[in-house]
Amino acid sequence: MPAVSKGDGMRGLAVFISDIRNCKSKEAEIKRINKELANIRSKFKGDKALDGYSKKKYVCKLLFIFLLGHDIDFGHMEAVNLLSSNKYTEKQIGYLFISVLVNSNSELIRLINNAIKNDLSSRNPTFMCLALHCIANVGSREMAEAFASEIPRILVAGDTMDSVKQSAALCLLRLYKTSPDLVLMGEWTSRVVHLLNDQHMGVVTAAISLITCLSMKNPDEFKTCVSLAVSRLSRIVSSASTDLQDYTYYFVPAPWLSCKLLRLLQCYPPPEDGAVKGRLVECLETILNKAQEPPKSKKVQHSNAKNAILFEAISLIIHYDSEPNLLVRACNQLGQFLQHRETNLRYLALESMCTLASSEFSHEAVKTHIETVINALKTERDVSVRQRAADLLYAMCDRSNAKQIVAEMLSYLETADYSIREEMVLKVAILAEKYAVDYSWYVDTILNLIRIAGDYVSEEVWYRVIQIVINRDDVQGYAAKTVFEALQAPACHENMVKVGGYILGEFGNLIAGDPRSSPLVQFNLLHSKFHLCSVPTRALLLSAYIKFINLFPETKATIQEVLRCDSQIRNSDVELQQRAVEYLKLSSIASTDVLATVLEEMPPFPERESSILAKLKKKKGPGAVSVTELEDSKREGGELNGGGDRGSDTAAMAASNASTPSPSADLLGIRSAAPIGAAPASAGSLLVDVFSEAGPAAPSAAVSDDGFLRDLEQPTETSDSLLVEGSGDSDPKFPVSHRFVCKNNGVLFENQLLQIGIKSEYRQNLGRMYLFFGNKTSVQFASFTTTVSCPGELQSHILLTKPVEPLVEGGAQIQQVLNIECLTDFSEAPLLNIKFRYGGALQNLTLKLPVTINKFFQPTEMASHDFFQRWKQLSQPQQEAQKIFKANHSMDTEVLKAKLLGLGTALLDNVDPNPENYVCAGVIQTKSQQVGCLLRLEPNAQAQMYRLTLRCSKDSVSKRLCELLAEQF
Amino acid sequence: MQFMLLFSRQGKLRLQKWYVPLSDKEKKKITRELVQTVLARKPKMCSFLEWRDLKIVYKRYASLYFCCAIEDQDNELITLEIIHRYVELLDKYFGSVCELDIIFNFEKAYFILDEFLLGGEAQETSKKNVLKAIEQADLLQEVSHVG
Repeated sequence: MPAVSKGDGMRGLAVFISDIRNCKSKEAEIKRINKELANIRSKFKGDKALDGYSKKKYVCKLLFIFLLGHDIDFGHMEAVNLLSSNKYTEKQIGYLFISVLVNSNSELIRLINNAIKNDLSSRNPTFMCLALHCIANVGSREMAEAFASEIPRILVAGDTMDSVKQSAALCLLRLYKTSPDLVLMGEWTSRVVHLLNDQHMGVVTAAISLITCLSMKNPDEFKTCVSLAVSRLSRIVSSASTDLQDYTYYFVPAPWLSCKLLRLLQCYPPPEDGAVKGRLVECLETILNKAQEPPKSKKVQHSNAKNAILFEAISLIIHYDSEPNLLVRACNQLGQFLQHRETNLRYLALESMCTLASSEFSHEAVKTHIETVINALKTERDVSVRQRAADLLYAMCDRSNAKQIVAEMLSYLETADYSIREEMVLKVAILAEKYAVDYSWYVDTILNLIRIAGDYVSEEVWYRVIQIVINRDDVQGYAAKTVFEALQAPACHENMVKVGGYILGEFGNLIAGDPRSSPLVQFNLLHSKFHLCSVPTRALLLSAYIKFINLFPETKATIQEVLRCDSQIRNSDVELQQRAVEYLKLSSIASTDVLATVLEEMPPFPERESSILAKLKKKKGPGAVSVTELEDSKREGGELNGGGDRGSDTAAMAASNASTPSPSADLLGIRSAAPIGAAPASAGSLLVDVFSEAGPAAPSAAVSDDGFLRDLEQPTETSDSLLVEGSGDSDPKFPVSHRFVCKNNGVLFENQLLQIGIKSEYRQNLGRMYLFFGNKTSVQFASFTTTVSCPGELQSHILLTKPVEPLVEGGAQIQQVLNIECLTDFSEAPLLNIKFRYGGALQNLTLKLPVTINKFFQPTEMASHDFFQRWKQLSQPQQEAQKIFKANHSMDTEVLKAKLLGLGTALLDNVDPNPENYVCAGVIQTKSQQVGCLLRLEPNAQAQMYRLTLRCSKDSVSKRLCELLAEQF
Repeated sequence: MQFMLLFSRQGKLRLQKWYVPLSDKEKKKITRELVQTVLARKPKMCSFLEWRDLKIVYKRYASLYFCCAIEDQDNELITLEIIHRYVELLDKYFGSVCELDIIFNFEKAYFILDEFLLGGEAQETSKKNVLKAIEQADLLQEVSHVG
């Protein structure tokens, strides 16, 4: 038993805890707890007023019971009472209870906040700290509302004790994280930055976490922290291990603070000031040097602390990605760790090298470690380390080593842990596709994948191999031969049967010349697998059979016999039965010409982003991904994978289905792998579709997106129809001008009654828009109101400064200001709703505000080689968006230049080797992140066409910008 | 840091500290899942693992597992030393700390943690300063108790 002298022991509590521990069973424990709960309830309800000590004891017991995992539904009031006790010990238990068992009971929150307020103003540092800890632990919105303005004052006040400052800094951080809108920047922010200079290391340690978080959101406001952080870091790095006294940890000076400083610097680009940068590079070199020095202690704490700083420094070096010398040194250092006896270090080295592999300066250096990494994949005993090794192999793969890496990953797959097989399969499939020089190697690899890990080969993977085989006629014969051979195996995976069925059905004729794979041999081989397969596969095989009848008339009788037998034509599964009946009929009544047309070879699939890549991206965020990520992946799912999340949007569905067949794997492409020009996604009866030949009208509407930019009419022409009488049941078709993408001022809307002009200005992620409402009539507008809303996923944040005057006199103009903050990238535009009465009738109209993502561009100037270097860095397929389109407007150079400048990017001269082309660069500033964007516009004056290519560090932005801009030229 | 859990080899939760708002149900689910995952790992394995979109850093001290969930950009090794420093603080305060100390004085374990970490970030890394704060509080308790 611990000494009672630690504070004042509560005997009753210790006895209770002992009792619980002595309980032999769960039931006994529950019984004991219920008894105690009854006891406490009666004490709390009793007539006799409890003294502070008893109250504290019972509250503490309740807390213990709660922490055991039981629900507590009373005692909150007693805990709140303890808060206002003047005995520290009672107050402390009260706060602990509140911190652990927050209850949103509004009555109590008011009381709690009152108690906190008293303690904050008590000027007793111990009480103040308790109150701050409580706010930091609870961090609720109600508390933010009550204290978000008070805490910055405490933090920067001259007479605040150090310990209180520390708590205040982190308390404010917690409030900022939960309710950023309630923590207003102000005069205190500059003083907070200067806490980096504070003499008390503890204050710096606490304050820097706050500064880092604030800097990420408001980089400009805090940018002075860079030079302060560098000088602080430099002082620590160069100090002797004894200089910092108790802040030295196992001979490492201030490891926590060092890591936090290096982390803060990662919020910013490399310092522009040469002296600051020089000093920082010196620090980073010193850190790298120290890693080579013999350890000052054998303790693992020493090496952990030292290496924590080293890894953080390497992260910063990778973040800068501009110092080749440091990058290569970092890579060498990590290379040493790859063979370290500490598993933790091997794990981290593999992880960190993954990011180094994507830098062009260190990619080659990373590749030199390939043998070590392959060895790790084979010999590491911990699956999480092996996973890292597999990730690194994937990251370091390029054309030069793809065959080796894919071979190693394949052989690893044979014994790989089940938990990582699916991801491994996807990675192998992606690498094989990406670096395939000859497609026979690609086909071999995928068929091997199916053989080795068939269960983990998702639909996307085998759909993809079929897409590629269909699109490349140089590999079709080889594919048919290889899959035919693979099917010879006595036991082969059902996925192999699917691929085999599909490929032989299309290209079996290419190998039919060889008597060993004559049509009948092929058919018998496929049919020998039939009875072992699931319904969808059998359905696919039936389709392959009908294709055989077309390819090889000599198999017709055999196949018809198969179709005619009871197990097919009377199959209990409706789909199978229907196919058997229909195919039988088709083969007997249709002429060879009709048959040849209906069963023609599949046309090439449109080239799109690999659906496997999308699948991998989805896999990366299993379980609880944050909401935004989840939405991202959903969006990807919808657009790339054709997963069908958006059932209503049929046009988009059809287009995306083209890239990925739906699960029922239909050869005729009626329900699934419909290439463009074939039937749309209507899942109607097979027979009907077959006989209506190529199917109903092709989805020529293609992808009709939000209609924002597609609406090319001048607003004036359509405006009348906008004025809807009566209530605001607003039609979603709002014409909004695309004219504002490249300019900021002009007339947004005009009809007989009203003219709306806008003027807007943008700086970084902020914007201000002035709206001018002009009454064109001579009659007053009454009840004039405007509201702005952000539909759907729109994240841009709009604040109306003040409501407009409700009366607009005839001929008068009123003005309104909107403040806009871009939180993250977006594609929908905010809506402006305007209502007013004109001669008694309610007028209601809704317009899209011309706020587009490009408004938040900051131009970036760069030289030619920088541009292409970055261009290469953004080479992942999903980072690029491209459109080839006909010129809608004049192709005059000056006009184009003006438009590109109006876009907000920097127009770069002498970058593109072809002087006809235009390249631009810029950074989109959102509150959550900065997105680097590169643009290339290649006009073809003869053909009156353009090719527009966007590469951005965020996929969705590339896409969005491409859509926006394609309408501009 | 998003949360810290202390649990025994038998899977009994001894301390839980959450730095992000979660419902009780979610907390219980996370705890169950993590305790299971970590206990299933073998002794020589790596102290870090990916879990959902977080990184888990854990270390075993005698019969107790200390387990922290950190975010993607957080530093694993320094988190490992956060755990160690917390163990040192407990050890110094209780004098050779054992699981029983934390069971019977759970409130103290929370108070010490609050002095060391706040809102999931290191507040004061000096052992002396943290212990001084706790001892001062204890002194206040003595005084008020006598008074």
